[in-house]
Parts: sequence; structure tokens; C-alpha cells
Amino acid sequence: MDMNTAKLKKNAFRVTKVRGKTASRVRVPGGHLEAKYLPVLQEIAEKYGNGTLHITNRQGFEIPGIDFADVDKVNAALQSIIEGLEINQEEEDAGYPASGTRNVIACIGNRVCPFGCYDTTGLAKRIEKAIFPNDLHFKVACTGCPNDCAKVRMHDFGIMGMTEPQFDPNRCVSCEACIKACRTRSVGALSMQNFRPVRDAKKCIGCGVCVINCPDRAWTRSKKKYYRLTLLGRTGKKNPRMGEDFIKWVDEESILKIILNTYDYVKEYIDPNAPGGKEHIGYIVDRTGVEEFLRWALKDVDLPPEAEVYTPLYWKGVKY
Amino acid sequence: MGYRVSRETLDLWLATHAADYEIWAPHRFVGEGCFSDTDSVRYARVTKLEEIELKERSHYSFKEALTPASQTLFYFTQEACTEPEPPVKGAILLLRSCDLHALRRLDDMYLHNGPADYYYARLRERVKVVLLGCAASCESGFCVSMGTNVSENYDMSLDPVAGDFLVDCKDADWAAFFAARGCGEEPVTPAHVEENAVKVTVPEKLSPAVAKASLWNQYDKRCINCGRCNFVCPTCTCFTMQDLYYDENARLGERRRVWASCMVDGFTDVAGGGSYRKKNGERMRFKVLHKMLDYKQRKGYQMCVGCGRCDDVCPEYISFSGCVNHLDEAMKEVQGK
Repeated sequence: MDMNTAKLKKNAFRVTKVRGKTASRVRVPGGHLEAKYLPVLQEIAEKYGNGTLHITNRQGFEIPGIDFADVDKVNAALQSIIEGLEINQEEEDAGYPASGTRNVIACIGNRVCPFGCYDTTGLAKRIEKAIFPNDLHFKVACTGCPNDCAKVRMHDFGIMGMTEPQFDPNRCVSCEACIKACRTRSVGALSMQNFRPVRDAKKCIGCGVCVINCPDRAWTRSKKKYYRLTLLGRTGKKNPRMGEDFIKWVDEESILKIILNTYDYVKEYIDPNAPGGKEHIGYIVDRTGVEEFLRWALKDVDLPPEAEVYTPLYWKGVKY
Repeated sequence: MGYRVSRETLDLWLATHAADYEIWAPHRFVGEGCFSDTDSVRYARVTKLEEIELKERSHYSFKEALTPASQTLFYFTQEACTEPEPPVKGAILLLRSCDLHALRRLDDMYLHNGPADYYYARLRERVKVVLLGCAASCESGFCVSMGTNVSENYDMSLDPVAGDFLVDCKDADWAAFFAARGCGEEPVTPAHVEENAVKVTVPEKLSPAVAKASLWNQYDKRCINCGRCNFVCPTCTCFTMQDLYYDENARLGERRRVWASCMVDGFTDVAGGGSYRKKNGERMRFKVLHKMLDYKQRKGYQMCVGCGRCDDVCPEYISFSGCVNHLDEAMKEVQGK
């Protein structure tokens, strides 16, 4: 049996532990898709695979148990999904090229969740358009609020939705619902002074719990959408670690620029002998120092005046 | 007198009358809803047609135009008290039929329940009402059950019809305004709802004995005592007083009144540390029976106007109308039938 495994993997198929069998990997940008694509997956799984589907950690589907001989047929069958989900493709009916840059994932966000501060899938798709396809190993995730259900702190770039609460004293009825909710469900950034809540802007994490709990719309959301950007979290064997706070109250445009700038930085400094041409960005930053990374990452980035950049940046995590 | 009025003429009417009146109408506050990328429809001062939300019933009622959520009654120093200046302009309120019926309840509470309320009265006597017709029932309203679906005590009615507006002008000056601008005369009857999806039946023999029913217990846990139902209600009039001493000089300050809610903690706190209706079910019982029993015993007509706002705003999906429809069973339970 002859199979060019590099080409196979580059075509979004896996080399599995069963000889001669592969698994097709279908990523779902932003983790949300129209249900009409599920019968396509079902048909492929039942016709070419072993009749099962795996839901992947990066919000895709993996269809196991496919014979090497059926790869072309599976690729042709995937065409409607690739087009419908706007997945990067080079040649029609030939599947799509897998990427070192991983599927941008998103929690369900404000399309459904009451806590979500923005449309996470929408932002994930815009980020994907800016960075795909790319062979460098980047992981980006979007989560709707600081609850971080998408676990964005385990990613190179973690994006958490924030809103800047706006207070209209004329609508406040001093019920203290915001105070209680902030204290018990968030960080306790509100205190009562002279019958009205006062917000400690330094402490506030922009989760919007005050807005959700206000019964009279005294608290509302800022017109502008803000984000917390966390940096260089990762899993892995050597030194798994949580992403650290980088910028609080950052805007979408700056985030996109910072991510794109980081590609330039990685191209410059990646270990040329890294296995598979992939190296976690964090290890590169450990090598060059944070200052050099920041010099590249923040190039031509015009942060909004309200943005707070954390300094110094330091990662710990578990070291083996 | 009925007229067919173009958008342009209606806009001119609004602009002209905004000089002498605050014109309060439902307005869509984009992005100001409870959740992100949702809107809040509330009353606001408007001067243009495009600022008026003509479709969706407002989430909060018009009452803030007459009784703001927070209203300063007077400022004080050690020697003197000063009242805020009275409103310069009168007010035109654009109300749906349920809310126009609610205005009668506010009047009865603020004007005819003991001495008239000074602050309410001085604006109320300069209020005119425009009735917004309801071509279709809202989802949660039960105005037909409450007998509030038709209103006649308006100064003008307003119904959008095929790009124009039909108005029925009882105010002679306003009729003259439209006649002078060539608006065609035609007979106009404001649109009103004949049937709602939600129907409510209040038992004829409802009595305070129903307080002992098990119906109320479910709300101990279901209700989170946030008070939204009270704050959106066009007939809730309770307020509390706040004496505010300024931080910079504690000998100066102001007294204001602020909306209060019988569902929210602190409502029944009394001197000496007493507090009543501690359970949320007891608060729900108090509210429902006040709206559907006590008030009628005092005034001869029901307090609730069936607008349905409390149903729509409740984050815990507690339905006021649903509760009322269980009162019959609850009465049977306490009567041992």
C-alpha cells in the first residue's frame, strides 16, 4: 500500500492507527453551521466511513474509518460543505488544504447566550478571513464574555467580549440588583454611594452582569464593543500555560492587526528545525524576549485611548 | 373630525407642537436592551415621526413621563427649601388604549386618593393625549379581558395606514391645523383589538381567603424579586423617599422620590427592624391581589389594564396572566371544594 502521508494530511485527512484507514477532518469556522450540512456528513460517514462522527475539540467533525481508496470520493462529497462554510480551497472537488493555523473557535456567543457581549462566530469568521490559509501554528479563540466558556486562555490569542457599562442615574431606583450581581457573579466592582452604584473602572471586567440584572435600564451597554486580548496560552508536553492578559478594552481592528503582525514575527524568528515547521509562538517569545515580540506585534497598531496594555508580561505554567 | 394626514404634515405637526409640549412617544433605544445587540423600547421625548416606534408596544410604560423613576422634590440648605422649577412645557403623550386606561389609574392614585399630589397635578393639567391605534393584538396583552381595548377620551388618535396616517381630532385647534394644510376629511375610528390570544378570567367571588392557597408557594423559588414587573407596569405607583446629603457639603442636599417595588427587598422595612412578606411567593400574592382584588374593592374597577408588559419582561418567565387564571382553582382549594 502506497500513500503520501504528507499530502494526505495536507488535504485534511488523518493517518490513523488502523492501517489503510483514514479520517476526514471537516472544520467549522466559528463553530456554527446550518443544519442542512449534517445529512452530507451523515452520508459520507455511512457510505465511506464506519458510520460514526467525532465532534472535535476545535469545533469540527472527524469522519473515521474511511479507506484510502475513497479519499477522492469523500472530497467530492464534501464540496457543498466547503463552499457553504466558506472554507479555503484551491481546487474544486479536491477537498481543502489543512492549515497549521487552526480553526478559529467560538463559544455560542450573543446569537443565543444572554451573557455574550458580541457575535463570537461572526468575529471568528472575520479573523479566519484575515489569517487563512497559513501553515504557521496559530490558535485563536473567541469567547463572548469573561466566563470564558471557549477556554480562550489556552490559545495563542484569546478574545473575550467586554462591554463598558453606561449608567443613567435618572433611571436608577436604588434596588442594588447590580451591586449584588457584581459581588456574587463577578468581581465586586460596584459599591453603593448616596443611593447609587459607583463603578470602580479599574476593577470592572466589562462582563455586563450589571446591565443584565438592572431592572430599569439604568445600566446599558456601550455602543462600542470591547475585548480583552489574552496572549500565548497553550497546551502541550513541555510547558502548558494559561494565556496572560495583554490588552483590556481593545477593539477588533487592533486585534486583527496584532495577530497579522505576529505572523510576520513568527516567520522571522521560528526555529528553522522545528518539527513539521510548527512551533508554539510562546517558545519563540521565550527565546527572543517579550520586548522584541511586542515591537513586532504592536507595529502600526493604533490602540483606542481606553485600551490598557498590561506590563510586564510574564508566563509561568507547568514546566517539565 | 377625521383626517388623512401625510407623513410630512404629521412631522410638521410634531415639530410645531414640540415648541409648547414635551411630546412623549415610544422610542427604540438601539442596543440598550438587557442583552447585547438588543433594543429597548421606552418612552422618550420626540420631535420627529422617525423617532417614534409605531409597531412594537413599549417595554416600559409611559408613566415615567408623569412620574420619573427618580424625581427631586426639593433642595434643602440649613435655612431653606427650594422646589425645582415647574416644567416649562406641557406634555403630549402618545398612548395605546391600555396605557390610556392606565392614565385613569394614575390619576385616581395621585389626584383622588387623599390630597392631590402637587408634582403630578401641576404637569397633569397640561397633558394632552394622542391614542395610538392597535391594528393587531400584541402577543402577551389581555386588554379585551380587562375591558381596556377601546378608548374614547383622547385629544387625537393616530393610525398608520398605507404610508399615511388617519387621525381623529377631538382637539379643535389640532383639527384646524390639519384642515388648514389640506388634509382630506374622512370618518376615522381608531383601530382597536377585539380579541387577544391571552384571555384572563378573574373569579367573581375572589376573596382575601385565596391568600392561603398553595398557588403562591411556587413563586418562592421561581421569582428572583428583581421588580421588573413593577417597573414596567403602567399602574404601579409606589415610590420611596431618599434624603440625599451632598458629599462635598453634607448640610446641603435634596429630597427625591424614587420608584419602589413590592417585589424588591426593603419595600416593607419599617422602623424598629420589622420586615414583612419575606418570601417571594408572599410578594407575588400581594401584587396579584392588589391588582385584581384590593384596588377594585376601593375604586370599583380593576387596577390591571392587561398590557402584558410584566409577562414579557420577567426573566424567570413568570406570567401574571397565567397566575390570575389559576385564582379560580385557588379559591376552590381554600373553600375546600
